[in-house]
Amino acid sequence: MSENAALLTVLFAMIGGAIRVSTPFIFVSLGECLTEKSGRINLGLEGTLVFGAMAAYAISFLSGSPWLGVFVAGCCGALLGAVHGWVCKLPRVNDVAIGIALMTFGLGLAFFFGKPYIQPAAPRLPSIPLADWTGNASLATALKVNPLFFVGIALAVFLSWAFRNTRTGLILRTTGDSAAAARAMGVSVDRVRLLATTAGGFLAGVGGSFLSLYYPGSWSEGLSSGQGLMAVALVIFARWDPMRCLFASMMFGAAGAIGPALQSIGITQGYYFFNAAPYVVTLFIMIASSSTKGALASAPGELAVTR
Amino acid sequence: MTDTAQGSPAPTTLPLAARSDFVDRLRSGSEYVVIPLIAVAISAVLFSMFLLVLGKDPVEFFSLLWRGGFGTAFSWQNSLLRAAPLILTALCVALPARAGLVIIGGEGALVLGGLFAAMIALPLKNALPPVVLMPLMAIMAMAAGGFWIGLVGIMRHARGVNETIASLLMSYIAIAIMNFLVEGPLRDPASANKPSTGPIGEGNMVTAIPGTDVHWGLAAGIILAVILWIVIDRTTYGFALRVTGGNARAAKAQGLPVGTLMVSCCAIAGACAGLAGYFEVAAIHGKANASLIAGYGFTGILVAFLARHNPIVIVPVAILFGGIAAAGGLIQRRMGLPDASVLLFQSLIFVVLLISETLYGRLRIFQPRTEAERT
Repeated sequence: MSENAALLTVLFAMIGGAIRVSTPFIFVSLGECLTEKSGRINLGLEGTLVFGAMAAYAISFLSGSPWLGVFVAGCCGALLGAVHGWVCKLPRVNDVAIGIALMTFGLGLAFFFGKPYIQPAAPRLPSIPLADWTGNASLATALKVNPLFFVGIALAVFLSWAFRNTRTGLILRTTGDSAAAARAMGVSVDRVRLLATTAGGFLAGVGGSFLSLYYPGSWSEGLSSGQGLMAVALVIFARWDPMRCLFASMMFGAAGAIGPALQSIGITQGYYFFNAAPYVVTLFIMIASSSTKGALASAPGELAVTR
Repeated sequence: MTDTAQGSPAPTTLPLAARSDFVDRLRSGSEYVVIPLIAVAISAVLFSMFLLVLGKDPVEFFSLLWRGGFGTAFSWQNSLLRAAPLILTALCVALPARAGLVIIGGEGALVLGGLFAAMIALPLKNALPPVVLMPLMAIMAMAAGGFWIGLVGIMRHARGVNETIASLLMSYIAIAIMNFLVEGPLRDPASANKPSTGPIGEGNMVTAIPGTDVHWGLAAGIILAVILWIVIDRTTYGFALRVTGGNARAAKAQGLPVGTLMVSCCAIAGACAGLAGYFEVAAIHGKANASLIAGYGFTGILVAFLARHNPIVIVPVAILFGGIAAAGGLIQRRMGLPDASVLLFQSLIFVVLLISETLYGRLRIFQPRTEAERT
C-alpha cells in the first residue's frame, strides 16, 4: 500500500468515524446543554444513555422497528430525567450527587433488563449512502450517514435559535441565570427545571439508541465508554451554546476515531492512548477554559459546577 | 453539635437537666442513624415490589442476600474480601467530601496503584527481600494514587476545574495507561488470553489474617479509617478541612491555606485508593491486569455517601455492600436473576438515600424538645 493511499484511508476512516462517533455526543451534549441552561446539572446522563441503548435494542428486537426503539429509548431517558428533575426540587438534595446515583441506577436497570438481549441481533437503523456515486469504496463506507446525525444538526440549530428568539427560551435562560428573577416573572422554577431535565433525558436516551442500533450497533454492557459523562465536560467546553456543542461533538468524534482509523491500516501500537485521546483533550480544554475567578463566562448563574 | 442550647435558664436541679440533655442529644444524634435506616428499608420495599412485578419472590431474594453475604463463615469471608478495597475507595471519596470536593475518580487511582505496585515489583523481585519490597510496593501504589488524585486537587485549586468531572476523566486516562502497558511493554508472554504483567512473585504476596482467608488489606483499611476519623474529627488539620468544606471563601478569609488543604486531602484520598489497588494486586491477583477494573471505585462512592463521609461508619457500610456484592452469584444461580440485580439494588439504595437527605431537620421527633415538652 502506498503512502498516499494509506493516508487517504486514514483520512476517510477518520471522517466517517467522526460522523459516527459524534452523533451520540451531539444528542447527549444538547440534552445536557438544555438541562444546564435551566440552572441544574444532570450527571446521570451516562446511565440514561446506556439505559436508552438497551431499551432501543430490546424494542427494536421485539418489534422489528428500530425507529420505535429510538422513540422508546427517548421516553425511557425522559423518565429518568423526570426522576432527577423531581428529586432535585426537594430541599437539601444535591443535584450532583443525585446525578451520580441515577447514573448507577440507569446502568443497573440497563444491565438487569439487558441480559437477554446481548446475544440476539436486532434490526439496525438504516443509513443514507452519500458517496456511492464516487466509486471510491473507502469514501463510500465513510459517508454512509445515519439520519440521526442530520436530526442532531437540525436540533442544534433549532435550540440555538429557540434559546435566543422564543419566549420559552427566555424563560429557560432566566431560570438558569437567576431563580429569583424567574420567580419574580411568575415562573415556576421547579417546573421549568423539571421539564428541561426531562427533555434533556429524552435526548440522551435517543443518543443511546444510536449506540446500540447504529454504531457500534449491538447491545453489550461495555457499550458506552463514558460518552454521557464526557458530554458534561463538552457542554462546559462549548460554553452552553448549542452550535458550539455541535462542533465540539464533531471534534470529540474525530478524536475518538483516530484510534480505529489507524488500526484500519495496521497501526495498533498505542491503540489505548488514542482511545484515551478524547479524555485527555477534554481535560486540557477544561484546564484551559476554567477560571478560579468566579464563574465561567456565559455560564448559567445558578449552575452548581461553575460556582 | 450544640443542640441543647435552648436559652433555658440555668437549671436548678442538675440531674434532671443532665438527663434531658441526654435525651435531646439522643434525639438529634439518632437522626443520622434512623434516617439512613429508613432509606435502606424503603429501598428494600421498593425492590421487593419490583421483584413481585417480575414474578420473583422477594423473601427468597433477601434470604439469599443474607445467606450469600453473611449466612456462613465462608460467605462472611467473601464479603470481607470485597469490603477491604471498598473501605479504601470509600475513604477516597469521603476525605475530599469533607473539604467540599466531590471526587469520583477512585477507580483510576486504584488501577494505577495496582499497576505501579506490580511495576516496581517486576524488576526487583529477585533483587530485594520481601521485607523491603513489599512496603516499597505499597508506597509506590499510594504515591501513584496520591499523585493522580492530587493532580485533580491541583487543577481544582489552580485553575478552578470542576473536580468531579476532572477526576472521572483522570480515571479513564488511568485505565487507558494500564491497558496500554499491560498489553504492550509490560505484557507477560505467558498470559495468552488475558494480557497481564508478569507475576510479582509468590514470596511478595500479602498473606491472610491468621485464622481466616481474608488478607491484611481489611485490617489496613480499618486502621486507615480510624486514623482518618481522628484526623478529621480531632485535629486542627481536620477542622481546617471541614471549615473549607463548609465555606471555602470564608476559610480563605480566615487565612486558612485552602489550596494546600484541598491538594493534600486529595492526595491522601488518592493514596487510600492506590493502596486498595496494591492489595488487589499483592493479595488477590498476583499481577496487574484488567481484573483491577472491578468497579470498586464506583461502589466506594456509594459507600461513602451512605456513611455520610464519616470514616468510621464507612467500615460497616463497606462490609454490608461487600456482602450484597458477594451474594450476587448465589442470587444469579438460585433465582435466575441477572447478576446486575445486586447492582440495581445497591443503586436503588443510593438514590433513595440521597432523597432522604431532604428529611434532615424536618422531622419533629429528632429536634430538641421545646420548653413545654421538657416539663
